[in-house]
Amino acid sequence: MCDQTFMAITFGPCDNCSTTSPLMNIYIKNEPTNYCSFCVEMMACQGLLKGETLASLKNESESLKKKLEEERAKLHDVELHQVAEKIEVVSALSIKTRRVLKGHGNKVLCMDWCKDKRRLVSSSQDGKVIVWDGFTLNKEHAVPMPCTWVMACAYAPSGCAIACGGLDNKCSVYPLSLDKNENLAAKKKSVAMHTNYLSGCTFTNSDMQILTSSGDGTCALWDVESGQLLQSFHGHTADVLSLDLAPSETGNTFVSGGCDKKANVWDMRSGQNVQSFETHESDINCCRLYDLRADREVAVYQKDSIIFGVSSLDFSLSGRLLFGGYNDYTINIWDVLKGNRVSMLFGHENRVSTVKVSPDGTSVCSASWDNTLRVSRALGMPWLLVLYSLT
Amino acid sequence: MSNNSVNSSSLVIAQKAVKQLRLEASVRRIKVSQAAADLKTFCLQNAHKDPLLMGVPSSDNPFRPPKSCVLI
Repeated sequence: MCDQTFMAITFGPCDNCSTTSPLMNIYIKNEPTNYCSFCVEMMACQGLLKGETLASLKNESESLKKKLEEERAKLHDVELHQVAEKIEVVSALSIKTRRVLKGHGNKVLCMDWCKDKRRLVSSSQDGKVIVWDGFTLNKEHAVPMPCTWVMACAYAPSGCAIACGGLDNKCSVYPLSLDKNENLAAKKKSVAMHTNYLSGCTFTNSDMQILTSSGDGTCALWDVESGQLLQSFHGHTADVLSLDLAPSETGNTFVSGGCDKKANVWDMRSGQNVQSFETHESDINCCRLYDLRADREVAVYQKDSIIFGVSSLDFSLSGRLLFGGYNDYTINIWDVLKGNRVSMLFGHENRVSTVKVSPDGTSVCSASWDNTLRVSRALGMPWLLVLYSLT
Repeated sequence: MSNNSVNSSSLVIAQKAVKQLRLEASVRRIKVSQAAADLKTFCLQNAHKDPLLMGVPSSDNPFRPPKSCVLI
């Protein structure tokens, strides 16, 4: 039995407007009822404050936005790359593709590393989810999903389970067993339920909770054992396409990115949207770095020669390198501090859909629409010197 | 949807937006120079631990291509 301090929040028809959606438990005149988030707001705002009209609210909203911009601009005293001018340039990287994982029958949409730094899970448009051993290229498990376009997959921190979902609007957890003959699909546990496609999922610090993002514009935190919704996060005005947890062990915030061009930072306990960043323009072909404490954008990574969009990115262990997977089939490696491109990785024959650095920072894996995954790694200088002396 | 409920729903949306903006405006911020200095310090301090940046000695690398022996 999981130890819950929350009331069970459910998913179903709202008691007020009857639309099926994630519900909040509230008391109206001491009676417990279940309302969807829109009806909760309607109820809370009944009876306007004196003098508040649509026009006055609009004015206040405009003046607040202006004030926000001014406050943020006041602190913009220097650019990140100026502070980084005196640092040594990143020496020539020797990152090359060391492994190519072939086996998916269609576009690979997502991948995730296991904490043991060698296994990875990948999901594909053909409805299959495969667990690989990155060193031996062995396919350890292959799980068929009942839907195509499995857009999200995640490895549990313990390495004992995987979660995946996509067009089925659900996130399901599969416990991994050592017995090769065991039918994994039979042990499937449906955890999350959204009203549109699942775009991202990740386990929190334990196997017990999953955070999901969906095309329905919300993110949600679920308890794996009971399948109950612990917290939902409303605020995006369009599909949420990605999410990432804050790295600390005691962390209770995460960031989500959506088609409304916003990156929102959320408090996991209260469901509150604590910060929001909206400087991306519609034709995105750049990466932007936002500093949370300065509450603004501090760097942009772009080049005139790059005209295709970025689908996924990840930092190296020290945060100095930024790996971006682009729709022009390449991976660009940026120097985070100086803002220039350091290197490129070639090899994929179609768009790169996901890029992830391994937990120990030694490898970076990229998944692509060319049906393969590539694991790339750096080699030390001594090996290169030997090569040069032989040729 | 009746005109009345359209009005009240846009009112609700406006109130929600104002509430959110008030919250965001009250966030404590630091100067970019300080934030940038902290970012720089973090990256430099952890640089030696970053295998993709520094490279991995061949003996530790399980992905290295198998070397063949050449007897001279």
